[in-house]
Amino acid sequence: MFSFDLLGNAVVAGILLGGFYAAVSLGISVTFGLLDVANIAHPVFIVAGAYAVYAVNTAFALDPILAGLLFTPLFYGLGVVIYRIYYVSFERAGEQSLRGLVFFFGLLFIAEVSLSLAYGVDYRMVEAPYIGRSVSIGPIGISLRLGVPCVVGLLLTLALYLFLSKTFYGKAIMGVSQDSLALRLMGANPIQIKTIAFGLGMATASLAGALLIIIVPIEPSMGREYIGRVFAITVLGGMGSIGGTLAAALILGVAESLTSTFSGPSWALAVSFGILLLALAVRPSGLFGR
Amino acid sequence: MKRAWPVLVALSILGVGLLLTGVMENRYVYFATYVILQYIVLATAWNILGGYTGYVNFGTPAFFAMGAYTATFLMLACKAPFLVLLLAGGLISGLLGLGLGYLTLRLKGVFFSIATLALTVVLQTLIINWEFVGGAKGISIIRPATILFFSSYSKFLFMVMLCLATGAVAIARWIERSWIGQGLAAIRDNEEAAECMGVPTLKLKILATTLSGGLMGMAGVPFPWHVTLIEPGSAFNLDYAVNSLAMPMIGGTTTWLGPLVGAVLLGAAQQVATVTISSELNLLIVGVVLVAFVILAPEGLVGLVRRLVKREHA
Repeated sequence: MFSFDLLGNAVVAGILLGGFYAAVSLGISVTFGLLDVANIAHPVFIVAGAYAVYAVNTAFALDPILAGLLFTPLFYGLGVVIYRIYYVSFERAGEQSLRGLVFFFGLLFIAEVSLSLAYGVDYRMVEAPYIGRSVSIGPIGISLRLGVPCVVGLLLTLALYLFLSKTFYGKAIMGVSQDSLALRLMGANPIQIKTIAFGLGMATASLAGALLIIIVPIEPSMGREYIGRVFAITVLGGMGSIGGTLAAALILGVAESLTSTFSGPSWALAVSFGILLLALAVRPSGLFGR
Repeated sequence: MKRAWPVLVALSILGVGLLLTGVMENRYVYFATYVILQYIVLATAWNILGGYTGYVNFGTPAFFAMGAYTATFLMLACKAPFLVLLLAGGLISGLLGLGLGYLTLRLKGVFFSIATLALTVVLQTLIINWEFVGGAKGISIIRPATILFFSSYSKFLFMVMLCLATGAVAIARWIERSWIGQGLAAIRDNEEAAECMGVPTLKLKILATTLSGGLMGMAGVPFPWHVTLIEPGSAFNLDYAVNSLAMPMIGGTTTWLGPLVGAVLLGAAQQVATVTISSELNLLIVGVVLVAFVILAPEGLVGLVRRLVKREHA
């Protein structure tokens, strides 16, 4: 039996999920889309961010989003260190693509196993006043557990968009992806700009991690599910376009929500990876390609 | 007689293995060696594509699990004999590899690797939703009581894997020494230049993906009987992807010897670590060793040894 209430709820939930997916994908959008660094370990760092938020939340009952913001400098620093290692070992020698990819695959594994050694494989969750509450508009119910992350995700997207298009460093990051020689001629150091950009991408991971643990309980190997999602969104969104990333995230969120409502949640994951495979095979430059 | 000695070596390895099953009874030895031999097959198969042509495949679990599930399906559906299962598993995974070969037309480098990862998850989701082969909770497999002339089923599985490992290494060695290996190396160095020089790049890539996939699938066929319970989580385990890529990287990707050395060293170290420390910690070691090698010794152990030998002679 088909019900319009069910459809409406699924679409709204999908849009809310999409706002969260945008926040999760921003880091990859910057590092992979703009810098061509295929950091496939990024989703695991999001999960690591979620664990950091979990630790602070259980110890001091701090709001998860505030905790996520608090950790951004730490993740920025982590990003700077990782990019330096990557640059010195691979990019400088011009062997970035394949060996660099293996490097990040190794990092993914190390981070994941370290998390499960430290926290075990039990599901963890956080406490916050808005978790478990919902508001309803007519027949449509909005669970704040999804609503709050969506709003924060949209704010993060907007902030990154403004940073990239209005500030000097933001414009330099956009420039380094297009022509690093020209950037050098303008008196900026491309390596320094790339380091900042990578750190920035990584910094979004702690906030995205906070949103993740608000939405679902987490466990260490969870990042794997998000590898497909974030790359699907980044490729579909046109590699490094922030607006495109948001649009693709919303599309994926709605597609997944509809699938899990009408065919069961065990199919939802296949949707994102299926869309990714299709996008890669048919239109690698994405829907909103440059 | 110069061409005969590799065949003799291969036959004597199989002979020694067979002899061993006659005298040795310790079950754990067969269990542990089986795992190491399985990694020799997976690492060698991965290297035929990844090492020789430079296309990094993260989808080892997909090919491995397709072999395992083809075998499970045929066993449940018509109780097919083991040899048929082995060939069918290799065929299905080989076909999957064929498809992947055509994908290389559109996808290069990082995009290819991400697509293989996506393929793994899509296939895993399909299997999770397929109730006939056990769905998400899996299905138990009962080992037959007797098999050929072996006194236990573990011995039989060990012998199957020994044959597969010997075969895989022989194929890799043969490819490397023939014109095919040179063509693949040309693709690795510069695909466009190779195409311009008349190297049939598409045919060679498809050959590499099909062979690589087929071998991984065959390695997966005995898996249900080895663990006696097949479920998507263990068959599609990402550990296979990391290991089959780390082993050639550590051993050295440009020769057939590299994956063999890497699989024996890393496989044995993991077996020891699983027993003495913990299985979580041994995965951590794999990750750390992989990252260390890819940064510090990109040509692997075989390359390191060769460099040292050259220095002595100079």
